[in-house]
Amino acid sequence: MLRTWRQRVTLTDVFIWLIGLAIAAAVVWGTIKTLELHLYTGSGWADLTIRGLALGGVYALIAMGYTMVYGILKMINFAHSEVFMSGPFAAVFVALGLSKSGFLDRQPVLGLAIIAVVAMGVSAGIALLLERICYRPLRTAPRLVPLITAIGASFFLQYTFRGLFGSGSFGYPAIKALSGSFTIAGIQIFNTQAVVIGGAVVMMLILFGIVQWTKIGKAMRAVSEDKEAAELMGINVDQIIVFTFFLGGASAGAAGVLYTLLFPVVNFYMGFIPGIKAFTAAVLGGIGNVPGAFLGAIILGLLESVGPNLFLTGLGIPSPSQLKDAIAFIVLVLILIFRPTGILGERISRDKA
Amino acid sequence: MIKRLSLVISIVAILGMVMTACGPAASTYTCTDSIGCVKIAPTDPIHLAYLLVVSGANAALGTDSRNGDEIAIDDIGGKLLGHTIKFDGQDGLCSADGGQAAGTKLASDPTIIFVQGTSCSSEARAAEPLLSKAGFVTISSSNTAPDLTDPTSPNHYPGYFRTAHNDKVQGAAAADFVYNFLGLKNAATIHDGSLYASSLVQVFGDDYKKLGGTITTATSVDPNATDMSSVLASVATGKPDLIYFPIFLPAGAFIIDQAKTTPGLENTKLMGADGLFSPDVMKTAGAAVEGFMVSSPLVQGAAYDAFVAKYVAKFGEQPINIFHAHAYDAMNIMFAAITKVAVQEKDGTLYIPRQALRDAVAATKDFQGLTGVLTCSTDGDCANPIIGVYTYHAGAYPPELIWPTKYLKK
Repeated sequence: MLRTWRQRVTLTDVFIWLIGLAIAAAVVWGTIKTLELHLYTGSGWADLTIRGLALGGVYALIAMGYTMVYGILKMINFAHSEVFMSGPFAAVFVALGLSKSGFLDRQPVLGLAIIAVVAMGVSAGIALLLERICYRPLRTAPRLVPLITAIGASFFLQYTFRGLFGSGSFGYPAIKALSGSFTIAGIQIFNTQAVVIGGAVVMMLILFGIVQWTKIGKAMRAVSEDKEAAELMGINVDQIIVFTFFLGGASAGAAGVLYTLLFPVVNFYMGFIPGIKAFTAAVLGGIGNVPGAFLGAIILGLLESVGPNLFLTGLGIPSPSQLKDAIAFIVLVLILIFRPTGILGERISRDKA
Repeated sequence: MIKRLSLVISIVAILGMVMTACGPAASTYTCTDSIGCVKIAPTDPIHLAYLLVVSGANAALGTDSRNGDEIAIDDIGGKLLGHTIKFDGQDGLCSADGGQAAGTKLASDPTIIFVQGTSCSSEARAAEPLLSKAGFVTISSSNTAPDLTDPTSPNHYPGYFRTAHNDKVQGAAAADFVYNFLGLKNAATIHDGSLYASSLVQVFGDDYKKLGGTITTATSVDPNATDMSSVLASVATGKPDLIYFPIFLPAGAFIIDQAKTTPGLENTKLMGADGLFSPDVMKTAGAAVEGFMVSSPLVQGAAYDAFVAKYVAKFGEQPINIFHAHAYDAMNIMFAAITKVAVQEKDGTLYIPRQALRDAVAATKDFQGLTGVLTCSTDGDCANPIIGVYTYHAGAYPPELIWPTKYLKK
């Protein structure tokens, strides 16, 4: 038993484990040091956690698009960050119009619903166009071809929006009904944060329900398991792929509206960073896995929000907030070292084996 | 024999051709300037350029300067010494990368005499080595980082001048305002890694401490970040009375917006600098902008009011930033310097010696500009600044002047 173990473990493995252990030790040490300093109050930590949850919820909805498309086409749709950008960018004009006419203040729920529908519609429409124009003709091409096409499509969309609306930023109008805050168990929660977290959870449940409990969801899972066999069983694979892009696009549009509640500014490059983060979240949770993407996104959101102050302040590192991306990606590296398939990514690895 | 003869004939012929070609150019003026001269044929224009940020989040900054330039050109009827003025330029995007790209393009054009720019100090850091090497004179209307005119700094290049204030002045004024006028003893600072913000924060911090104040936290943000929660949480631990963040858009607007909802910072005052003097601050920070303060140069006077009237007439809006006046002064200093050093042939050909032009700008003394009486130093500082502090009110632009109190209009 010991011998086989020795044979299997290479020097590289040991080295990687040592790196992992060193990082883990630094995280634990930094955390202890930070907590010893008593710099932050309980409400400070609670606030960061709530913000992390809200951000994680947005990432989760974007990650849905990556993970579902990957599950079905085994392709990473890098243009998804632009699908995410296009929805709120289009909806900002509706929002400004509604705000000017005073409708948004009189009927905040209806107003928000209109904004959300416009954003989801535009995002879903762009996702469908992408599928039809960029990916369907390349479905039998080698896997790198659609990947490069996706990157090209991403730039095309970004600069189309830049060309149409300029490179400046547009501010979302503040919604008066969402401007306050409330307190639960001593934790102050702002209405926008509550709406974002609630909206993300509801959207996730809807998506999860569609995938798990509807006929078309069952077909999606079948196509994801084995495209050829599904086709033989009489499933219209093209239709399923189109539906997957539609779902991914709509959830990205919803994510966009929630994102603009947190950060009320849109510009043509706003999709890039959240897109990368959501992709990271999808990989973290196990790409191709819907609950995994949700879990990965929440972990990532929390790490980004709480992580820099918790891990790095105690180590005496100046401006820890600048290192939040580093923290997110180091955790990704760690998870991939110890669990190459992601947190919940077991199923795909078994299929491949 | 015949071969040799034909060779001699052809050599003579070629020489003759060369000499006739040179004939008319054999002028009375020989360029002795150490970095060369620009020759402008009788019908050619004088080529002046800009390197400003005219697109993106900080477009207001550069567009406003360019508007000032155009008014200066209009004021002399678009002509100098009988030559029309050609004015075009490159977008520097308010970043080092953009400055580099724009600087490379401009430096490759030998007809350019003068570059009005840059908008942002980071652009200058990347573009100035190129522009200086190309022999141009640059006068910036809004670079304020101290090291650009510090002869001991590697970021100081010959041929660089500015009509904008040095941030040694702006940082000191901000510290004075916060400590003495507002009476706040604890401040936190945030910069974004740009040359402008980091030097301004440095000057502010040093002066504030000298006055007796405490810098509770000195930290920085990524200029592209949207989520400021972790940096604001760490700032909140120091319980500052004021956060000083002389950064740019959109990061500045996100801090304004999110600070109001960070526990411990609800009542903390927020202050930026001239980089956040822009109508886009209103658009992106929304209602949270109420009470946000910025320091910015203060320009007043009858000449300035007349200028603003021209501005409104030409561009159909109130000045969108503060640096139009500095750009206008930069252009006029340049016109004066060109007029002083240019050598004009009888046929209208114009020679502008580049080093002499630099020396002429450096020798500018008691120049009556919109921004005051300007005197340039050989290090490049021309400004005679008065710094004011303005406060934003939601839905109203431009912000209201609140300090120094002696300049307030009753």
